[in-house]
Amino acid sequence: MTALKLALRGVAKAFDGKEVLRSVDLEVAHHQVVCLIGSSGSGKSTLLKCINLLVPIDSGQIVLDGVAITAPGVNPNQVRQSMGIVFQAFNLFPHMRVIDNITLGPRKVHGIPRPEADEQARALLKRFGLLDKADEYPDRLSGGQQQRVAIVRALVSRPELMLLDEVTSALDPELVAEVLEVIRDLKGEGMTMVIATHEMGFARDVADLVGFLDGGVVLELGPPAAIFQNPQQPRTRQFLQRIVAAGRL
Amino acid sequence: MLWPRRSPRSSEEGARGSLVAVVSTVVVFGVLLALVLSSEAWPAVQRQFFSWTHFKASFPKVLGAFWLDIKMFLVAEILILVIGLAVAMARSLRGPAFLPLRILTIGYIDLARGLPLLLLILLMGFGIPALQLPGVPNSALFWGIAALVFSYAAYTAEVYRAGIDSVHESQRMSARSIGLTQTQSLWHVIVPQAVRNVVPALLNGFVSLQKDVALVFVLGVREGLREADIYNARTFNYTSYIAAAVLFLAVSVPVARFTDWYTERDRRRMQAMST
Repeated sequence: MTALKLALRGVAKAFDGKEVLRSVDLEVAHHQVVCLIGSSGSGKSTLLKCINLLVPIDSGQIVLDGVAITAPGVNPNQVRQSMGIVFQAFNLFPHMRVIDNITLGPRKVHGIPRPEADEQARALLKRFGLLDKADEYPDRLSGGQQQRVAIVRALVSRPELMLLDEVTSALDPELVAEVLEVIRDLKGEGMTMVIATHEMGFARDVADLVGFLDGGVVLELGPPAAIFQNPQQPRTRQFLQRIVAAGRL
Repeated sequence: MLWPRRSPRSSEEGARGSLVAVVSTVVVFGVLLALVLSSEAWPAVQRQFFSWTHFKASFPKVLGAFWLDIKMFLVAEILILVIGLAVAMARSLRGPAFLPLRILTIGYIDLARGLPLLLLILLMGFGIPALQLPGVPNSALFWGIAALVFSYAAYTAEVYRAGIDSVHESQRMSARSIGLTQTQSLWHVIVPQAVRNVVPALLNGFVSLQKDVALVFVLGVREGLREADIYNARTFNYTSYIAAAVLFLAVSVPVARFTDWYTERDRRRMQAMST
């Protein structure tokens, strides 16, 4: 029995010969929140999609709860049920009402009858202040509301690990806070999370560990105070200077 | 709106615009009609193609048989929509395990689209009953419809596939991420959006099939065109073909106008959504 929730060992991924992840090592303990920072194109999104097995890796190993989920013969559908992923562009299903977006997984994957699934979904929506949107279609909601619905959709099957892929990047500035609030809430509950983000202030605030992704590796990993105030690697320092110059920290 | 048909600056100008449109239309078509009717050949044309007597005599017979065209169309179209979707979904499945299925569907689509429809109708409509296989239907009508379905389902599968490809990849990822299998993702998430995107193209196929059902006439099936042909063979007058033409147009023109209306409405809705 390992204390680690998730471990990545030498994970590599190339698209059409272009190396995005060279050799990523990362360990995430139970109830830990790890924020991944790094410039656009540094592979943060790809890494999260690899963990969710949406993108097959070229080499290396991903271990979830002590089980290598990248080994041949592992059923990816089963693995995905124990983790939730939320995307930058929400990716709600536009042809379904909010409630059906949320209950599709429980109904089709777990075979939960509709009344029961609806009840679960409405309880979650209520908790996140979205109950009055249950019967709306996604395009009637603001970006912040859509993203919160996407988080509820990922939470409904009670995952033990949440992967958040720049979930505030597509939002108008005034809508960012409501989504970050939800994430803080999840941290308060002890949810294990890996978060790719450009919100440095938020990362500093919520993360137990911050990892700087650069050149296809986790170049530097440490508590937020160490990374933000005393970065060891010149590349990390450079990146943070640019962020400060842009007024984002 | 992106391309306004006209932009009336005031209601007065709008009214004048409508008047100009009506007058110019009446004048243009009036002149055309006068030219045709005053030409030397017109009496012969009228006798052979537009004889009222022959129209009255042949129309009821053609109409009676035309119902078979409608029925063939409806039966074939339902089968085409279902089979086409199944083929498109099979072709869209990813992963090495589905390779044989993909090869099979691509082979079928190439074959069915590459052969003239008339050849398929002759081959299946005359060829298969001639084998006299036990347990296999030997009705020309059955195999005529089967040939139509075989050919059209391939085109329709490609229409569906274009729709499936038009749905953004992120929707597929999102569906897989909540634990749905590949088939479940296609069925519950991708296909509903895909179909909405290709309704105009599917309706276009309806118009086309509605005419092509008449091809089974070569098998001796007594549908509308066959009945018109029989009348012509007896009287050497072509008005019966015009009677059949009127019937085919009476069905296809409304479908074509409906397609235009639907496409326009859909376009406006998409624009309203993106603003």
